[in-house]
Amino acid sequence: MNLTLKIWRQRDAKSAGKFVTYGVQGVTPDMSFLEMLDLLNENLQAKGEPPVAFEHDCREGICGSCGFLIDGVAHGGRRGTTVCQLSMRFFKDGDSLTLEPWRAKAFPVLRDLAVDRSAFDRIIQAGGFISAPTGGAPDANAILVPKDAAERAFDAAACIGCGACVAACPNAAAMLFTAAKVTHLNSLPQGQPQRHRRTLDMVAAMSREAFGSCTNHGECEAVCPKKIPLEFIGRMNRDLIRATLHSGSD
Amino acid sequence: MLESKIPSGPIEQKWEKCRFEMKLVNPANRRKHTVIIVGSGLAGAAAAASLGQQGYHVLCFSFHDSPRRAHSIAAQGGINAAKNYRNDGDSIHRLFYDTVKGGDFRSREANVYRLAQISVNIIDQCVAQGVPFAREYGGLLDTRSFGGVQVSRTFYARGQTGQQLLLGAYQALEEQVAAGSVKMHTRSEMLDLVVVNGKARGIVTRDLVTGAIECYAADVVVLATGGYGNVFYLSTNAKGSNTTAIWRAHRRGALFANPCFTQIHPTCIPVSNENQSKLTLMSESLRNDGRVWVPKKQGDTRPPGQIPEAERDYYLERRYPSFGNLVPRDVASRAAKEVCDEGRGVGPGGQGVYLDFADAIRRMGEPTVREKYGNLFDMYEEITGENAYKVPMRIYPAVHYTMGGLWVDYQLMSTVPGLFIAGEANFSDHGANRLGASALMQGLADGYFILPYTIPNYIAATPLEKVDTSSPEFSCAKEEVNRRVAKLLSIQGKRTVDSIHRELGKLIWDNCGMARSAQGLKSNLAKIPGLRDEFWNNLKIVGTGEELNQSLEKAGRVADFLELGELMCGDALERQESCGCHFRIESQTPDGEALRDDERFSYVAAWEWKGEGNGWELHKEPLEFEYVHLAQRSYK
Repeated sequence: MNLTLKIWRQRDAKSAGKFVTYGVQGVTPDMSFLEMLDLLNENLQAKGEPPVAFEHDCREGICGSCGFLIDGVAHGGRRGTTVCQLSMRFFKDGDSLTLEPWRAKAFPVLRDLAVDRSAFDRIIQAGGFISAPTGGAPDANAILVPKDAAERAFDAAACIGCGACVAACPNAAAMLFTAAKVTHLNSLPQGQPQRHRRTLDMVAAMSREAFGSCTNHGECEAVCPKKIPLEFIGRMNRDLIRATLHSGSD
Repeated sequence: MLESKIPSGPIEQKWEKCRFEMKLVNPANRRKHTVIIVGSGLAGAAAAASLGQQGYHVLCFSFHDSPRRAHSIAAQGGINAAKNYRNDGDSIHRLFYDTVKGGDFRSREANVYRLAQISVNIIDQCVAQGVPFAREYGGLLDTRSFGGVQVSRTFYARGQTGQQLLLGAYQALEEQVAAGSVKMHTRSEMLDLVVVNGKARGIVTRDLVTGAIECYAADVVVLATGGYGNVFYLSTNAKGSNTTAIWRAHRRGALFANPCFTQIHPTCIPVSNENQSKLTLMSESLRNDGRVWVPKKQGDTRPPGQIPEAERDYYLERRYPSFGNLVPRDVASRAAKEVCDEGRGVGPGGQGVYLDFADAIRRMGEPTVREKYGNLFDMYEEITGENAYKVPMRIYPAVHYTMGGLWVDYQLMSTVPGLFIAGEANFSDHGANRLGASALMQGLADGYFILPYTIPNYIAATPLEKVDTSSPEFSCAKEEVNRRVAKLLSIQGKRTVDSIHRELGKLIWDNCGMARSAQGLKSNLAKIPGLRDEFWNNLKIVGTGEELNQSLEKAGRVADFLELGELMCGDALERQESCGCHFRIESQTPDGEALRDDERFSYVAAWEWKGEGNGWELHKEPLEFEYVHLAQRSYK
C-alpha cells in the first residue's frame, strides 16, 4: 500500500520546526509502523535528504523509548500498544497520516519526533525508590506480600516511562506516570517506611519540572500502552493527603 | 598472559577466601576515587548504585535517554536462584552443576560456583528494593521451572522480569544520582578507551545530541555494555545494542574470548517480511506448558487444527523423553532447524514450528493460562494477528544472546589492568550455552555482589598515578575518534548503513549461525573484508557530526560489527568441535547430537588484536573440571 505522511521536521531544540509531506510506497501489512518509517528513511537517504529522527530501541513495547503522535493520538490509538508494536495491517492504502512529537513544556523537542524526557528521571530521583543499600536485605521470604498487593504493585510497575500520558493530557500533567510509581512502591510492605516522604517529594518534583496539574480528563489512561488505570491517580491523591497531614505531626 | 586468578581451596570456599584476602579502601578515601561505568543495564546500574552507596565517585554513561531503557528490560522469563523454597531438591551445588553442564563444559567452574552462591542474595536484594515478583496466596514468592533443568528455581514477575529487575536497579541508581555520588551521562556513547601507562584510565565519548567529543578520566573503567548479537542484523536484541564499547577496548588490548559462542533462542516469532528490522522473542517459559510439534508429513499445508494427533510429530518429546519440551535452548533450536530443513516446517516459507497450548488450556483452563502468559499471548497477537488461545503459536529460532565477550579473570578484570567487564559483555559464566533465566542472575551478580568487592581491591592494591584528561593519551584518543567520525561522514558513497548491515548479518547467519562448517566459515572469511571495503568506500551518511545524527551513530557501530564478524568466523573455524550453541557439522554423534572434543578443545579461546591488518593471535586458557564430571550432555 501507499501512504502520505505529514511529519514534523525540526533540526534541533533551538530551530523552528515545520510539517513536511512525504509519500511512502510499497508498504506491506506485516510491517510494523517503525519499519514503515525505516523504509521512508532509506528512501530519504538515497535522495540525500536527512532521515526522520525518532526514538526506538527494543521494538517490543517494553523499553519505552518510542512514541509520537499519529493524527494527534499518542502511539497511534490502538489500545495497549506502543508505536513500535503497531502493525501496518491496521492501516489502508491511501491513508494520510500526521506524525508529530510529544507536545509538552517539560519535554523539549530534540529533533523531529525525538524529545527530551529526562524530567521523568528527576521525578524518580525525588523519591521513586526504596532505600535498600546492597547487601543488607533479609531473606526474600521473610517479607510476606499479600497476593493482591503484589498484583497491584505489579500493575503499577508495568509503566514503561514513554511519556504518552503527558502527551495526551491537555495540561501536560505527569500524574499517571508519577502515580504509577507511587502506587507500585506504596502498595508493598517494603515501601512503607518512606511512604509519606516519597509521595510528597515526587509530587513536588512533578511541579518543579513544569508538568501541568490533573483535571481528571482521563486521556492519559486511554493512550497508556501498559493500560495503567486512572484509579492510581486517586490512590496517589489519597496518599498525598495522608502524607500532608502526617508531615505536620512529625 | 591469561592468569585467571582463581583462588585456591575447595570450591565452596573460594569466594569467601577471596573476599577476605581482598584489600579495602578507607570510607573517607573512597570519594577521591572515580569509577567510570559504561552501560546502565542490570550489571552497570547495579554496580553504579552499589559503588555509589559505598562512597566512590561514579560516572555512569548510557547512549539511551535514560538508564531505564537498557536492553535488560526486555528479558521476559525470570531469574534463577538456588533458594530451594520448593523443597524439590535444589541447592547451590545443583545450580552450579546445571549451569556448567548446560554450558557444555566450556565455562570456569569457580566462576559458576560463585554465581550459584550469590544467586540467593540477589533475590533478597531485589525483594528489598520492591521488585514485584509473583507471589503465592500466602504471600510467599512463587517460582517456576525453565529450560534445561528439573527443579523449580526461577523467580519471575509475570513475563516482564527483566523490566522489573532493571527498574529496581535503575531506582537504586537514581537514588544515588540524587545523593550526588553518581553522575549520570545519558545520550553519551563511548567511542574509545584510554590507556595510560598500561592501565585503563578513561574513555572518549560522543554526546549524541550535540556531537561533542569529550574525555573523562578515572581510576577504573567498567564496561557493562551488553552483547553483540546485532552482528546478525536480525536478532532479538534492541536496535541500539552494539559491540562498540567492548570492541574499542579489544583494540586497546583487551582479549576477546569465545566470540563464536552465540545463542540462538528457540522460541521467537518467525520472520515475516523482507523489511523486518528485528525479531521478537516469546519467553521460553512458554515451553513449560506449550508442546512443540510439526506435521509428520513433508509439505503438509493443512491448518494445524485439521492435522490429527496421529499425524503430528512432537519431536522434542519423542527425541528427549526425560526433558521433553524443556531441553536447553541450543538443543531445541537445532531440532527446529532440522525439522524445517526436512521440509516439515510450518507457516510462510516453512521456517516455523508449532508451540501448542491446547493441552494446557484443557488441563488448567484458559484463565490460568492467561494469568501465566497473558502478556505474551497479547504480544503475539499484536504482531501476527493470530489468537494463540485458539491456534498454536508459530515459532522459529533467532539470535538472542552472546556467551562470548571480553576475557576476564576471577575478579572480572580484563587483560587491561583497571578495565573490568560485567554482564553479557564478558565471557565468564555461561560457557558455550546459557541456560534460561541465567542472564539476569549473572548481570546482577556481577553488578551488586562481585564488582563492589573487586574494584575496591584493585584501587587499594594498585599505585594509581594522577591522571587527567589533559594528558597526551587522552588528546591522541580524542583525535582518533574525531578522525574516524570525519572519515565516516566524508565517504559520501551510495549505500545506507542498514543495507550493508543486512548483508553482513546474512553472511553470519548463513555460515556462523545454528550450524557451521569449515567451508562456510572460510567463505565468510573471504567475503567479510570485501564488505568492509565496500562500507568504507561506498557508505552514505546524510548530515553532519555536530547534531543528533542516528545514521552516523549506526555507522560507527556497524563498522565495528564488520571487524567482529570476521573474528567470530575465525574463532568458529578454529574450534573444530561441536559444543553448546557452536555446532560444527563435521563433529556430531551418529544420531546428530553435538560431539565435543575435550582432548583438543577444552579451553577458552581468547583472541588478541594485533593491529590494523595484522589479524589476531590466539591465547588459550585451559579449562579443568574437578567438581563436575566431564560427560557428553544427554537430555534423552
